[in-house]
Amino acid sequence: MTGDRLIIGGYEFKSRLFVGTGKYKDFAETKKAIEASGADVVTVAVRRINITDRTKENLLDYLDPKKYTILPNTAGCYNVEDALRYARLARAAGVSDLIKLEVLGDERTLFPDTAGLIEAAKILVKEGFIVLPYTNDDPIVAQKLVDIGCPAVMPLAAPIGSGLGIRNPYNLKIMMEMVKVPIIVDAGVGTASDAALAMELGADAVLMNTAIAGAQDPIAMAEAMKYAVYAGRLAYKAGRIPRKLYATASSPIEGML
Amino acid sequence: MMAEAIQIQVNGEQRGCQADASVGDLLRELAIKTERVAVELNLEILDRKEFDQRRLKEGDRVEILSFIGGGS
Repeated sequence: MTGDRLIIGGYEFKSRLFVGTGKYKDFAETKKAIEASGADVVTVAVRRINITDRTKENLLDYLDPKKYTILPNTAGCYNVEDALRYARLARAAGVSDLIKLEVLGDERTLFPDTAGLIEAAKILVKEGFIVLPYTNDDPIVAQKLVDIGCPAVMPLAAPIGSGLGIRNPYNLKIMMEMVKVPIIVDAGVGTASDAALAMELGADAVLMNTAIAGAQDPIAMAEAMKYAVYAGRLAYKAGRIPRKLYATASSPIEGML
Repeated sequence: MMAEAIQIQVNGEQRGCQADASVGDLLRELAIKTERVAVELNLEILDRKEFDQRRLKEGDRVEILSFIGGGS
């Protein structure tokens, strides 16, 4: 689809599939999977460099920064202070002002602490960050994030890595009608149909990591996801038929014997 | 006159370095390229333009971070 670009915070993206870079076997596999996915945006975490073993390879040697937009995240942060620290460190690394903001509330569910998320987002927006917040499927929280200046929101479909797909399509659909910024469904996608469904509901993009990296054949799954996001988007724009309780025949009665 | 050695902490580990070495010197000694790296000195995030100006003292805590694979 030419011209169906995704525009967020001054960035323009062709692909509506965003991918994470964690949980792969090695960097070579990471690179192949990302290529197969056709993604433009790639998320990374911010961590200490290994200073003792300098022979260890660097992920960034495998990802051409001219080809991909690096989206750092504040993964592993359970309070506002940590999230701010990691976001500021990510920006200090000198790549961009983009940040995927995560303020987690609980280790088992990895659900966002929405109060902390809103507080941290407010501060980071004021500091000039382009904040993409990982949130839940509550449209009220999503609207609050938009009101304080987030150019997009990233509601979870299901817990990170759970593969459960879209657990609350009704809330997501309401969010898509109420909230007027791009919505990137993030977390919990399991297989291609989940990604297609997210796009059919009206999502502007889908982010996934485990669904690809944890698949038995990550490269094949990455390709499947590329098509799924594309198909779902096309179907959404094509305008589906309504759901009916009873049949409507497709062939005319006229001309029958 | 040789500069004395001082003890600093880098990424959580004790390490010796030359007194009055700069953060830039430390990165060069560790063979760490400065692009796409963030440095925190005693909880202060440094602007990369200051790497060669900021001098290290005894007991300083340095954190050197970069991007690694991660989704959420």
